[in-house]
Amino acid sequence: MGIKAVNLNHIYGQGTALAQYALKDVSFEIEDGEFVGLIGHTGSGKSTLIQHLNGLLRASGGELYYNGENIYNHGYDMRKLRSKVGLVFQYPEHQLFEVDVFSDVCFGPKNQGLSREDTEERAKRALQAVGLDESFYTQSPFELSGGQKRRVAIAGVLAMEPEVLILDEPTAGLDPKGRDEILDEIAVLHKEKKMTIILVSHSMEDIARYADRLMVMNHGEKVFDGPPKEVFKHYKELEKIGLAAPQITYIVQDLRSRGVDIDDEITTVAQARQAILNLLKPDTPQ
Amino acid sequence: MIRDITIGQYYPVDSVIHRLDPRTKLVGTMVFIIALFLADNIWGYLLATVVLALVIGSSKVPFRFIVRGLKAIVVLLLISVSFNLFLTDGEVLIKLGFLKVTREGIQTAGFMAVRLIYLVIGSSLMTFTTTPNQLTDGLEKGLGFLKPFHMPVHEVSMMMSIALRFIPILVEETDKIMKAQMARGADFESGNLIQKAKAMVPLLVPLFISAFRRATDLAMAMEARCYRGGEGRTKMKPLKYARRDRISYLLFAIYIGLVLVLRIML
Amino acid sequence: MGIIKAAHVIFDYIKRDEEENIEEVNRAIDDLSLDIEKGDFVAVLGHNGSGKSTFAKHVNALLMPTDGTLWISDMNTRDEEKLWDIRKKTGMVFQNPDNQIIGNIVEEDVGFGPENIGVPTDEIWKRVDDSLEAVGMTAYRKKSPNKLSGGQKQRVAIAGVMAMRPQCIVLDEPTAMLDPNGRSEVIRTVRELNQKEGVTVLLITHYMEEVIHADRVIVMDDGRIVMDGTPREIFSRVEELKSYRLDVPQVTELAWELKKEGLPLPEGILTRQEFMDALMPVFAEKYPGKITV
Repeated sequence: MGIKAVNLNHIYGQGTALAQYALKDVSFEIEDGEFVGLIGHTGSGKSTLIQHLNGLLRASGGELYYNGENIYNHGYDMRKLRSKVGLVFQYPEHQLFEVDVFSDVCFGPKNQGLSREDTEERAKRALQAVGLDESFYTQSPFELSGGQKRRVAIAGVLAMEPEVLILDEPTAGLDPKGRDEILDEIAVLHKEKKMTIILVSHSMEDIARYADRLMVMNHGEKVFDGPPKEVFKHYKELEKIGLAAPQITYIVQDLRSRGVDIDDEITTVAQARQAILNLLKPDTPQ
Repeated sequence: MIRDITIGQYYPVDSVIHRLDPRTKLVGTMVFIIALFLADNIWGYLLATVVLALVIGSSKVPFRFIVRGLKAIVVLLLISVSFNLFLTDGEVLIKLGFLKVTREGIQTAGFMAVRLIYLVIGSSLMTFTTTPNQLTDGLEKGLGFLKPFHMPVHEVSMMMSIALRFIPILVEETDKIMKAQMARGADFESGNLIQKAKAMVPLLVPLFISAFRRATDLAMAMEARCYRGGEGRTKMKPLKYARRDRISYLLFAIYIGLVLVLRIML
Repeated sequence: MGIIKAAHVIFDYIKRDEEENIEEVNRAIDDLSLDIEKGDFVAVLGHNGSGKSTFAKHVNALLMPTDGTLWISDMNTRDEEKLWDIRKKTGMVFQNPDNQIIGNIVEEDVGFGPENIGVPTDEIWKRVDDSLEAVGMTAYRKKSPNKLSGGQKQRVAIAGVMAMRPQCIVLDEPTAMLDPNGRSEVIRTVRELNQKEGVTVLLITHYMEEVIHADRVIVMDDGRIVMDGTPREIFSRVEELKSYRLDVPQVTELAWELKKEGLPLPEGILTRQEFMDALMPVFAEKYPGKITV
């Protein structure tokens, strides 16, 4: 079932001379269990788009279905939608407010009207999923390191146990190790809990490593949608809209242009290493 | 929503009015407001209309942009107009149940509406044509005579200018935190007053923390750029009266004179 | 002697309880010594909490060493009389572009620094013109900073620092909050200032792509300098970098992996061009006639 958008439009300042399309006829279908990367430079409409998916913004035109139900139908329960489609904003640690980590994570499930035991059970599971053990429960969220704060905030959304998890640049401002740790945890949620993931990112390298589908936005329109390796083949068009494929794509293209017979669907360092070794040292063990 | 309000937003074009000294504009705005309250007949208002039209014309701020700023006072305007319209005694023209509309009522309501609209346009013209920094500079220099009395004139104007810079940023931040908490199931709309007040905690705590963090960062950035209070500072745009300012002051005097003449003669 | 010279600098963050008793001591900088030459482009790498930002704040005398000494062009940062001279000599650009712009108009913000140090009005205008030109923001001089993109805001912040005519600029993760376009915009500007105006640059970052053009790379961990050398020297030690929670550009990593498997590649490959130049002869040998070298 999942999410289905049909000709979604969003216009800022409608009816004035300054009216601007933030989204223009965006259509797509995301099945349960997909891992979708969403890329576009600042102002491309990607942040506007994800806020539609949990009903925080209302489309100026078009339809949006969640599990087959039109969310714009009269009487549709938006708060319920928000607990099914969890949205982690950019720099989510800026939303922390409670005196200790555990209470902050409990905020979401408590708002869902769950019993105390269920709330706490979920908070524990969520904190475990982001790798924070019990020693953190009673600490003030404001005294943690940047990466830890970020995890608490992500746990705050996870505790609602959503079916779809949308993350807006969850690694912004983190160092390389912190970035990999968060992305690995998200990958685990996707694999083990079968959660649908929509990951907004600026890093083509990260998308190549984690996502099985890539949507590219530009000026409010969806310009590419497909497996990352397919989308990266259009690296010249990506450059025209101010984006770039991963460095590995360029290396593979360089090699091909010089006559090396290497698969142009390679997008990660590991794949490139294997392919080059196969060509140059076919006898090396895999 | 808040972003749509145009009151106080600088409109960047180059015009005579833009180039006037902010102190001149401050005094001019005061003169205009005083003149509006002194006017007690149609001639006084006509004169104000002419003055306003001339200023708008020479400011190069599009009329549409100015009118948009009035949206914010529509409710206030309607309330005061209807009060005056229905509750003024005098020669009855129309009667609707206990409500009556009198000739005097129409006149007062009309004057009231014009006065209010002109008041808003007049004062927003100043902010349309003066950058917040010029404005605070104007206040700082204009109120400089208070310094010997240990009034922190420089500090206050610096604070105002920083506040102006950060208001839009904090408005945006409020919007973002609100949405983030709504995504966690927070409800800011329903419930009684106490519940609503409680629902504000997840919004206000992060907002305060963010404001403090910004304040600390900014203080450090200012220190790194050698800021150490008003002592020994020079100005990139020092305030100096030019010929146009002297002419303006002359015009202010003529305007006030005319208003007084109209008030006494008619 | 270089423009920045540190001798055994130690810095402790001291946390005190309500009665002013010492509750916790966190050593952010631990016996750091270094000498930076005038005109160099030096990149400082390190994961969050490695002490690199704390060090940056020392260079601008926003923090003083707990122990040891730091000189900025022969001035001891502890010398209070020299405080403002030091801050004039070394400008500082911070991470969050919003929290360092004071003016409501771009040009007024750039003029803020010169105003503070008592530069005469005509000279301020000249400096503002020059600085905006140097960072390519002249077209935006009358705009409100709120209307600019992140990269543009950082360039305004850099112009604000340049207007003080510093000899050295310290940039504390100036690109951490920017998108890829903003990042390259800022780095290009900084490189230009270094090359054209000869300003010494101390760039703190954890994006590896930003350091490959530096003259010198310093890696910090736990408040200490653990690696120090040219980009090529540093990037030939991939495993060591990873142990400090850092990353290398994809091309460097690929070359390193291939070299490990016995391919004859040089150490510390930094760019696509270098990689191709080294790898193509290997292909040509294996597949003669099919490959254009």
